[in-house]
Amino acid sequence: MKKQWLPIAVFSLLVAFLAIGLTLNPKAVPSPLIGKPAPDFTLPLLNQQTAFSPQQLRGQVWLLNVWASWCSSCQQEHRLLVRFAQNRTLTMVGLNYKDTPNEAQAWLDALGNPYSFVVEDQNGQAGIDWGVYGVPETFVVDAAGIIRHKFTGPLTQQRLDNELLPLLNTLEMTQ
Amino acid sequence: MSPLRKKRLYTLLLLLSGVGLATFLLLQAFSENMMFYFSTSEVQQGKAPQGRDFRLGGLVVNGTVQRDPTSLKVRFDLTDGAANVTVEYNGILPDLFREGQGIIANGRLNAEGIFMAHEVLAKHDENYMPPEVADSLKQAAKNVPQPQQATP
Amino acid sequence: MIVEIGHFALILGLAFAMVLASVPLLGVQQRQPLWMELARTAAVGQFALLGLAFACLIYAFIQDDFSVKYVAANSNSQLPLIYKISATWGAHEGSLLLWALILTLWTLAAALFAKQLPPTLKARLLSVLGWIAAGFILFILITSNPFERLLEVPQEGRSLNPLLQDIGLAIHPPMLYMGYVGMAVAFAFAVAVLMEGKMENAWAHWAQTWTLIAWAFLTLGIALGSWWAYYELGWGGWWFWDPVENASLLPWIVATALIHSLAITAKRGSFQAWSLLLAILAFGLSLLGTFLVRSGVLTSVHAFTSDPSRGVFILVFLVVIVGAALLLFSARAHLVTQQRAFKPLSKETLLLLNNVLLMAMMATVLLGTLYPLILDALGIAKLSVGAPYFNSVIVPLTVPLALLMGLGFAAHWRESRAGGLLKQLWPVLLVSALLAFVLPLLLLPDLQGWAVVGLFMSAWIALSALQWLWQNRAATNSTGRVQRRRILGAVLAHIGFAVTLAGITVTSLYSIEKDLRLAPGESYSIGDTRFQFVGVIQKQEHNYLASEGTIKVYANNQWLTDLHPQKRTYLSQAMPMTEAGIDAQLSRDLFVALGEKLDGAAWSLRIQYKPLIRWIWLGAILMALGGLLALPSGRQRRKESAA
Repeated sequence: MKKQWLPIAVFSLLVAFLAIGLTLNPKAVPSPLIGKPAPDFTLPLLNQQTAFSPQQLRGQVWLLNVWASWCSSCQQEHRLLVRFAQNRTLTMVGLNYKDTPNEAQAWLDALGNPYSFVVEDQNGQAGIDWGVYGVPETFVVDAAGIIRHKFTGPLTQQRLDNELLPLLNTLEMTQ
Repeated sequence: MSPLRKKRLYTLLLLLSGVGLATFLLLQAFSENMMFYFSTSEVQQGKAPQGRDFRLGGLVVNGTVQRDPTSLKVRFDLTDGAANVTVEYNGILPDLFREGQGIIANGRLNAEGIFMAHEVLAKHDENYMPPEVADSLKQAAKNVPQPQQATP
Repeated sequence: MIVEIGHFALILGLAFAMVLASVPLLGVQQRQPLWMELARTAAVGQFALLGLAFACLIYAFIQDDFSVKYVAANSNSQLPLIYKISATWGAHEGSLLLWALILTLWTLAAALFAKQLPPTLKARLLSVLGWIAAGFILFILITSNPFERLLEVPQEGRSLNPLLQDIGLAIHPPMLYMGYVGMAVAFAFAVAVLMEGKMENAWAHWAQTWTLIAWAFLTLGIALGSWWAYYELGWGGWWFWDPVENASLLPWIVATALIHSLAITAKRGSFQAWSLLLAILAFGLSLLGTFLVRSGVLTSVHAFTSDPSRGVFILVFLVVIVGAALLLFSARAHLVTQQRAFKPLSKETLLLLNNVLLMAMMATVLLGTLYPLILDALGIAKLSVGAPYFNSVIVPLTVPLALLMGLGFAAHWRESRAGGLLKQLWPVLLVSALLAFVLPLLLLPDLQGWAVVGLFMSAWIALSALQWLWQNRAATNSTGRVQRRRILGAVLAHIGFAVTLAGITVTSLYSIEKDLRLAPGESYSIGDTRFQFVGVIQKQEHNYLASEGTIKVYANNQWLTDLHPQKRTYLSQAMPMTEAGIDAQLSRDLFVALGEKLDGAAWSLRIQYKPLIRWIWLGAILMALGGLLALPSGRQRRKESAA
């Protein structure tokens, strides 16, 4: 009888949709900016009058780390970054996202400051330009000012060793 | 008809009527209760429906949250990076509602183009971005003109 | 070291599951009774090893062993001991391990209590369970190993989501998994019967027993989840039609249909193929639920952190296990089908009709849950299907379901006469209608159409169940205690359903919800209940800071109670949490939640009056108790298998 094959037919259809749904995983948000020039901004350095712009770093490989004192997963990442900065000379820019200068300063005093520049993005406009979805995020920018990679969520030792370091090595080699 | 055939027929009829009723209710309910999602850019381009509920998502723009001093009425702007829409809501905002946070509001547009929300949702995860919002930010970022290429 | 033992036990458990999956099946093929007998040993070993692995993981949590990645990510030394233990299954990896442990527990139970099944059927059934266990353990080892160590040991764990630091949530997943995974036994039974190529009515009894146990757990698990969402998510809803909730409701609906369909198969020898299909479906939907929750294709408040590789694995698993079962069904279902004549008006027809209605409900919920995903997959639109959709389909389907339930009790097997039914049921009909009008007039503020409908259905189900009990009192006495328990169980379960239905009706229609701005000293009244906002103080607790409000509640100007809703900020995570203040009574809940601090000392508050909301969960408890009461005792089972 043909009707016996109905369940398996419906099931196959369902599986097909689920398989497509899986490829559309809504949480994997690749940055549309990878391979594009890093968006420009001019923002004050934390608790200083001087302004900072990514243009100043043209010609070197650098990291943009988006963080905030209200973000708890940044705290874990921060320890890693401090240690990383001690072991390797690399320009690291901390984009302090939607934070108050006092709290940001207190955080850096307590946990250490791995950054070469700390930039205040109080209203988050630069964050929006860079397509920041959440904190923390880390961008790798090459010497030509092109974004080469983006890490969403906290960096871990594993991601540092397996993804970031090899990338930095190749970028600096080709420089 | 043999009893067996008769029974089959009845069974079939019963099944059909059940399935028919269910399908009817289903279609009815679907057409009335589906809520489409729109980004703030789409709203500004007039793509969102008037006089019908939909979902609006975006980031709460910093410094735009205004509270009425005597009631629970609150107004704020949502953005996807390219366009802003003003949202008005009367009620208690979710715990994770913050400036800069991605949220989704359910409601409809009024005549002045203000989105009258009857529900505001923010997920229970500080790093969470509703997928629709993430998607529309992505779209908007594509459409925004790329920053000028500086001289090498 | 302990952690490595756990890891090793899990790998060894996989080996046992593989033995269970293959040797007994080969034994059936080669006609080797000893090989078939091995199933029992393998089931025991499998359970012991998984138990050991799980115990090791709990130990790592109690010891704050943050060198284990899973412990570091989900625990914290500040956590009270009980939540350290419950954190074991609070996140993805550990909850999967619990899933597997419970599966091996069910397998062990099936191996020990299947004496009345023929050896070949039993061997095949246990082998199928072995396949499922092997797949799941493999899944854990490959994609979600909870025993993974960290190279660099953190000082402190990240703590678990404050939402999950709650006793309700500590026991909710184990309950739910007992239900989900229990469906695997009915599933394995269906597959084994199809392999066997024949079905005996006594076997249906066996399958019904196992389905009933799983169903009772599932009922409790769903009710616990609903109760938890009610007081913990903060805003007083008890059901959100969230994908994760739907994922648990789907197998419940199918299992409910399955229990009734198996009753017909056992008693009348009909609907064999239908019962088997439902058994496959019930477990298939449990797996689908797991897929939806774990793969991240749907997002919801409860969704676990997603990882596409996990989704792929579960999908493949789903295709292999359920696809194979359905193929087997398509090819061999005709072998087990028997036709026994029954008239259009008979217990069989009524039960079948309710089965159809239940399937329609299942399809509705499934479609509503998957529709956004399907449209997104086809690139048509992004949309969401909200609660109004589910309500507007499920509610009208519940009305005929309830009416047929009452008729089903009164109808006879094979043939019933309309006149006889009417004669028997008119007092029930009359009393139900009377209650449906009088109760709202006496006890509720106004008379609403749907309230009359809902209360009529509740009274109709409960009274016809009681009438059936009364009619069967003679039969009960002659066939002894066992039969009486079955009848009492069925009646209790249906009364439970009526209680839940009444609770849902009244709560949905007569709840009062108010969002307010109150300054200290101000009050607000709902009816003759007055809520006076005293103020908010700051409190420091073990692992969180709280703003605690005090609201004095007066009924008719008599002080009734103080409510203390809280807004908590957990130390290890920066997110605020709302704890409602609830005064619970059987007749109503008073519910107050703190919103946020407005200017001055004023706060926004949500005040709710929720009549009969406790009945929803009380009914679920009655349903589960009824299901367990209806289980046949060992003597009964032996008698049935001998017959």
